[in-house]
Amino acid sequence: MFNLFKYASPASFYPLAGRLAMGFGIASVILLVIGLYMSFFVAPTDYKQGEGYRIMFIHVPAAWMSMLIYVVMACWAAAGMIWHTRLSSMMASSLAPTGAMFTFIALWTGALWGKPMWGAWWVWDARLTSELILLFLYVGFMALESAIDDPRRAARASGLLALVGVINVPIIYYSVQWWNTLHQGSSIKVVDGGVETSMSEIMVWTLLVMTFACWFYTIAVALTRVRSIILERESGASWVKALLQERKS
Amino acid sequence: MSEWLAMGGHGLYIWGSYAVTALFMIVEVILVVRRRRSLMQRLGRMIRMKDSEVSG
Repeated sequence: MFNLFKYASPASFYPLAGRLAMGFGIASVILLVIGLYMSFFVAPTDYKQGEGYRIMFIHVPAAWMSMLIYVVMACWAAAGMIWHTRLSSMMASSLAPTGAMFTFIALWTGALWGKPMWGAWWVWDARLTSELILLFLYVGFMALESAIDDPRRAARASGLLALVGVINVPIIYYSVQWWNTLHQGSSIKVVDGGVETSMSEIMVWTLLVMTFACWFYTIAVALTRVRSIILERESGASWVKALLQERKS
Repeated sequence: MSEWLAMGGHGLYIWGSYAVTALFMIVEVILVVRRRRSLMQRLGRMIRMKDSEVSG
């Protein structure tokens, strides 16, 4: 029977993470090239916003990733606290920087899209404000984790912050329906199994390609970062010594 | 080409968005790879030191 817990041990997870990171890294580069080509040369000009809407092809994936990564990070943090598996907490801390980056990109590209369309870089709108809070949560998670020396206590404290902050993600997602926001409502709705959207078919496909590119990018970067975290924490372990001797010879 | 770059007058905003996104993603990859490389060297030196102490 495939024993999943075998990969809970850093020693056996380390080589697997390396192979996965390589695979997802290559896949993300390919998808990014295809997605960028589609964003500029395949997707049609928007009847209302002209070319400006093309910012959507990075703004929306970045925003989706900022929310998805936070939820995944909180799940890993919870797993680490419940089963005391150190590797789970390491996964949470390896995701935080990439999540923070995508949150900043979502805010940045949103501002650059808002200026020509709304006439303002920033408004204290429910969607924008809750996304800004998400950025603070990411930074808070990273700061709290690095402020505490003992990895176990650091994982517990930052894990708690991550779990408390999870409530912010549905607030972001539904903010456009709960409050009267300047930010537009969701244009892609999953309705009884099908995807209903007001966008043209090709725009949705371009968006999906870019989203998967960002998703695979995140997996590749986070897995590479977690390998470094594993080596830093397990530097005294014998398997690390064996690994390094093997690399040297 | 320049007409295409103008993006119907929205060029500044579009290229400002894509450039910053590309910059952040590339810099993040560089930082992650550099962290890994320096860590491997540091651990390699540590082990060589330990070996020399043992055998010395």
